[in-house]
Amino acid sequence: MSAAAPVVTGIGIAAPNGLGTARYWTATRAGESGIGPVTRFDAARYPSRLAGEVPGFDAADHLPTRLLPQTDHMTRLALVAAEEALADAAVDPAEPGEPGSGDLDDPGARGVVTASSAGGFEFGQRELEMLWSRGSEHVSAYQSFAWFYAVNTGQISIRHGLKGPGGVLVTDQAGGLDAIAEARRQLRRRSRLIVSGGVDGAICPWGWAAQLTGGRLCTGDDPATAYLPFDERAAGHVPAEGGAILVLEDAAAARSRAAPRVYGEIAGYAAGFDPRPGTGRGPTLRRVIESALRDAAMRPADIGAVFADAAAVPGLDGEETAAIAAVFGERAVPVTAPKTMLGRMYAGAAALDVATALLTIRDGIIPPTINVRPARRHPIDIVLGAPRPAPVRAAAVIARGHGGFNSVLVVRAAGTAPPGPGTEPARGTHHARQAV
Amino acid sequence: MSRRVAIVGMGVVAPGAIGVKEFWSLLQEGRTATREITLFDPAPFRSRVAAEIDFDPAAHGLSPQEIRRMDRAAQLAVTATREAMAGCGPVLDSLDPARLGVTVGTAVGATMGLDREYRVVSDDGRLSLVDHSYAVPHLYGYFVPSSFATEVAWVCGAEGPVAVVSTGCTSGLDAVGHAAELIREGTADVMIAGATDAPISPITAACFDAIRATTPRNDEPERASRPFDRTRNGFVLGEGAAVFVLADLEWARARGAEVQGEVAGFGQRCNAFHMTGLRPDGAEMSKAIDDAMDEARVDPEEIDYVNAHGSGTKQNDRHETAAFKLSLGEHAYRVPVSSIKSMIGHSLGAIGSLEIAASVLAIRHDVVPPTANLEEPDPECDLDYVPKTARDWRTDTVLTVGSGFGGFQSAMVLTGTDGTR
Repeated sequence: MSAAAPVVTGIGIAAPNGLGTARYWTATRAGESGIGPVTRFDAARYPSRLAGEVPGFDAADHLPTRLLPQTDHMTRLALVAAEEALADAAVDPAEPGEPGSGDLDDPGARGVVTASSAGGFEFGQRELEMLWSRGSEHVSAYQSFAWFYAVNTGQISIRHGLKGPGGVLVTDQAGGLDAIAEARRQLRRRSRLIVSGGVDGAICPWGWAAQLTGGRLCTGDDPATAYLPFDERAAGHVPAEGGAILVLEDAAAARSRAAPRVYGEIAGYAAGFDPRPGTGRGPTLRRVIESALRDAAMRPADIGAVFADAAAVPGLDGEETAAIAAVFGERAVPVTAPKTMLGRMYAGAAALDVATALLTIRDGIIPPTINVRPARRHPIDIVLGAPRPAPVRAAAVIARGHGGFNSVLVVRAAGTAPPGPGTEPARGTHHARQAV
Repeated sequence: MSRRVAIVGMGVVAPGAIGVKEFWSLLQEGRTATREITLFDPAPFRSRVAAEIDFDPAAHGLSPQEIRRMDRAAQLAVTATREAMAGCGPVLDSLDPARLGVTVGTAVGATMGLDREYRVVSDDGRLSLVDHSYAVPHLYGYFVPSSFATEVAWVCGAEGPVAVVSTGCTSGLDAVGHAAELIREGTADVMIAGATDAPISPITAACFDAIRATTPRNDEPERASRPFDRTRNGFVLGEGAAVFVLADLEWARARGAEVQGEVAGFGQRCNAFHMTGLRPDGAEMSKAIDDAMDEARVDPEEIDYVNAHGSGTKQNDRHETAAFKLSLGEHAYRVPVSSIKSMIGHSLGAIGSLEIAASVLAIRHDVVPPTANLEEPDPECDLDYVPKTARDWRTDTVLTVGSGFGGFQSAMVLTGTDGTR
């Protein structure tokens, strides 16, 4: 719709340390972990027995009974987060637009783009079990869509009457950022509002078997030493469920409907893929961070906090900290990984990091990385142990997916777009962006 | 001025036709590739027909490790990618890998691999707490279909934006639409884009049986896929892959590439109605068509051929017939409309890309592929569906559409290379 950066006007969160934005943010600022023993199935026989599960979530408290038999657990979490985000933005998408406002009247101006990694895998396990233990006629009529990757976008669209574009990106853990970037693309085309982000999770035995073969799960039973990115003891991650759904709007559209709050702008984004191992070519992340900054027309010094991918796999941690140091300078920008409180929630993780970055900007508090004693070889300034007060005007979120996916998204406080073109020498005012 | 997107390479693996040339012969001859299922024992199922590919991965150059690592859907995608790259001329020469991206569409990912491996780790459903020690080492790659994009990126050396787009049965259109947008906005100069699915497995058969979406016409498999026919009673499951090399048009021309067609416009909408049901009025598909024509700057009268979704379910064929009338007006009654699913079945997320390939070939040959098996007209489907026999027809501008579970409705306008726009 316009060249101005789209704005985030609503946030909904489902996280292992709190359901709902308020509970999540209170817990996260306090460094409270949501990681614990798996409760959703008996994990005793598996080498990995910890998870980040959304606490106290009873879907029947939140959703109409009719939706329960047709939804996987992660879809229920997504529907609850989407409802919170739309309420936060004070949007009733089914409401017709203001008279005379052109395509505001078109419900097609409002769409959904989400990320997925493995779909409704727990639902899929149950139906596979029905098929092979009892026979094909026992497979649920809902299997055809409850497990597939597009389910959250479809269900959110139907529940809230969103008839605009519907997208689904699958890039493992990078997906949360790729979905938000696709939402931005749709806002630049025809749409005025896009519900976006990711909520994910596969905490079931079949999901466990699959994730174990990825070779990146940690073992052990102590939540305080399980997931330790950038630490000498780093030995994989704790899987988790949850994520965040955001309401993104064209800046002018948000202004014209007097949206109650603007958390910030989606200022820049880039994605790139690592070369195939063995080709001798180096990793792509540094270039992707630089491209995202260039897209935001910002300099490294404009970034007040970096939310790291934090794989907790030594080689990947090394690649990430080297790229951060190369772009921002050694120990020149605060880096944090709230994931250490949550575990890794695949397609949900980076969307939640974007939400957290926006809350960081709002409150001037960078949430901590817990449990970690950073290895000296990582030349970065990690926000350890306690939250750090800091006036953050812009933040970068890094997300990397299994197989080579790298994405970086930059958010900034609304109306703080710098006048210059960032990493290139200033060439005049034509790069200036309209303040929101 | 927005950049334009050219198709400069194409690869196809389809039922009854491996390779673009074979694919076009099958479509032009109106041959059907539907048959009784051989990929598993179909006896317990309501619908026992499918459009299968006789695919030997080793014969198509996949190495033993690639065969072990990849689900069949990834193998099909890689095979189609290699054909597309071999035919795209000089556009990949001296290209900065950061300016090359990949978009792979799939609706259901590694369903065959997941079904097979589930049986092992659960001992045929006996163990709810599955035994992970029996899992193949590459199970994670089946778990996340993003592995398909990784495989294709490894084949072509892409280091730009790489992703899987998974919007159910519109994935094949949406993946190409997404890639085209990355070129238009300047993020990439060349994209390898397409879609794949290999869903012919017991779990897929069971879930479509459960909602009676697939046809029970088991006694005459070769005539089972009957889009727009009065006697149609469900779709025939298929498999396949189609992959394109897309490039910025000017960039491709400057390198002397042969431009096979142009992705001129794309539209995508949700019906916000039902996960599997369609509103009979076709309103949201019509909006997607309008968006695509608007972006392509073509009027309804300029559409020479409509490549329909035409799945052969009662509700779909009615729904899209209504959408064509809404968007094209009187022209809907004059323009030829056909469904290649009558010949190669419905390969879920892949079919949209296979239909783009068919559309580009229709433009190249000035021939409209037929709707096979259309014998008894349905009064509710009263357009010209090109029954049974291909038609010589001057074709420069094609509309192709898709519709899928989740409520997704997509439309794309493809044009020839006469340079009139």
